[in-house]
Amino acid sequence: MSTTTSAPVRGAAPGTPAPDRTQSGEGRIGLRANLRHIGALSRRNALQIKANPESIFEVVLMPIVFILLFVYVFGGAIAGKGNQDAYVNYLVPGMMAMMGLNIAMAVGTGVNEDFQKGVMDRFRSMPIARSSVLIAKIVVEIGRMLIATAILLGMGFLLGLDIKTSVLDLLAAVGLSVVFGASLMWIFILLGLTMKTAQAVQGVAMLVLMPLQFGSSIFSPPSSMPGWLQSFTDYNPLSNLADAARNLINGGPVAHSVWMTLGWTVLITVVTAPLAVAKFRRKT
Amino acid sequence: MTRIDKNPGSGSHAVEVRGLVKHYGETKALDGVDLDVREGTVLGVLGPNGAGKTTLVRCLSTLVVPDAGTAVVAGYDVVRQPRQLRRTIGLTGQYASVDERLSGWENLYMIGRLLDLSRKDARRRADEMLERFSLTDAAKKVAGMYSGGMRRRLDLAASLIGRPAVIYLDEPTTGLDPRTRNEVWDEVHRLVAEGATVLLTTQYMEEAEQLASELTVIDRGKVIANGKVDELKARVGGRTLRIRPARAADVPDMARALSEAGLDGPAGSQAVPDDGALLVPILSDEQLTAVVGLLGARGYGITDVSTYLPSLDEVFLAITGHRSASAGDGTHGGTNDTNDKAEEVAA
Repeated sequence: MSTTTSAPVRGAAPGTPAPDRTQSGEGRIGLRANLRHIGALSRRNALQIKANPESIFEVVLMPIVFILLFVYVFGGAIAGKGNQDAYVNYLVPGMMAMMGLNIAMAVGTGVNEDFQKGVMDRFRSMPIARSSVLIAKIVVEIGRMLIATAILLGMGFLLGLDIKTSVLDLLAAVGLSVVFGASLMWIFILLGLTMKTAQAVQGVAMLVLMPLQFGSSIFSPPSSMPGWLQSFTDYNPLSNLADAARNLINGGPVAHSVWMTLGWTVLITVVTAPLAVAKFRRKT
Repeated sequence: MTRIDKNPGSGSHAVEVRGLVKHYGETKALDGVDLDVREGTVLGVLGPNGAGKTTLVRCLSTLVVPDAGTAVVAGYDVVRQPRQLRRTIGLTGQYASVDERLSGWENLYMIGRLLDLSRKDARRRADEMLERFSLTDAAKKVAGMYSGGMRRRLDLAASLIGRPAVIYLDEPTTGLDPRTRNEVWDEVHRLVAEGATVLLTTQYMEEAEQLASELTVIDRGKVIANGKVDELKARVGGRTLRIRPARAADVPDMARALSEAGLDGPAGSQAVPDDGALLVPILSDEQLTAVVGLLGARGYGITDVSTYLPSLDEVFLAITGHRSASAGDGTHGGTNDTNDKAEEVAA
């Protein structure tokens, strides 16, 4: 071990600035410090992706694979042979709804792993707001959602996606799916805090995911489904979001589906966010 | 070295714990613990698995709120002033708490930023600490690829980024090979030389003797002994000298000779019946030399001489007169962590 770096442990070394003023006094953490902490933790979550490239798959590859699969393999059967182009305009907005759900899931496994490993103890023994750990996760997941949506749309344009309304409507559709996806994150955070292992989180999440995804208007019009299933899809938030995005992009009545989506977003957040935060506080 | 006295009323104690209680259901993890750590010294908290050591450290680092009692660290109350307190402490647990998916450098940089260092200072501090802990070559490697010893060193480095005044080391060498263990020990010596206060938990008498100036022995959430290491050693017996004579029949004569010369300590020497060795409690190096010298001068043949420290079990036996119900096997290097895992789950 070298002797050149024997900096004093106690007190401030020369050249080290005094701690941020927002930190002194009663030890409250000021807004600027809080934002800095969230920034440092977001950087951490983003770097984790780099170290674990498989986690990019759901962001980059999934939209590409799914759109090719559904347009060329199932598209003919769903929309009629030769109507694949029209099906692109049906599918892509629907898949925007699906992306949010799939990506939000990762928050759960991430939170779970932090608690399993000792990292959370390290954060909790440091002078930062505990909530910044959660917020940083949400920030990075929203970033991943936006990237995935951009790839999905890019792929859609390649296959002939046609925005029949305006860029503003498109942005509204993207915004709506991100806001809804963010509300789903609370569910997965809650799951991640409750389940024992990251694998269990994934297992339970898949169990919820599959029926919600396929029992919706994402891939095919519910009018082709039996009546009992239709009554499910009508209230499935993913259907509402898919319809909203679809009508925003293709033109059509948006009020009902947009309000339903926003309603679900608020409902999910109001119910699960306090539960998740309470659980998080109890664990921390 | 400049000392910032945050609370002059706290005197010279960096850590003051009074009547600390933490129960998990029926389990009394801490059952009224009192202890003090004088500023600039190392207190060793010695106890078997499940004695409450980890719960104590978790209380003192604000990770667990105690049910009763008080604890003041660097002048800050653990319950009422957790935020200020977190600014003055560094924690290295048994389980290295670094992000395995980040490189060593990124881990340290992140900690620096979370401690409100500027980007430049955080960068410099990360480089500095990597060098100090001989991790510069592995700076860019993901921490998950580090060996156990490297990870422990990184964890220690992370705890020291903020130049804490009080450092908790919770079983810092459990599961480490002897070479890495010695590195950690060197680092502890160095921290103290630089003026830090250290609270160290351990299962090993040897480690406590190496590092601590004072010892608190705990078992089942209670302090069963405390004092200076030398005092406790006198109580529990320090090293034991094991002499194997050339002829087993000499053992009683040798014991008598030592006793007559007053070299066998207050407890007296002891013969090991089955392998014909003689055990002599040793309190000083002079005594050791004198014992061997006397036996040589009297013409007894000796084939083997060795010394060993009492195991945790023997310490408990000496203090309490009974073996600790929760004591593990006490072998150094063993990772007998099932009990502490249970403690962690309960937390």
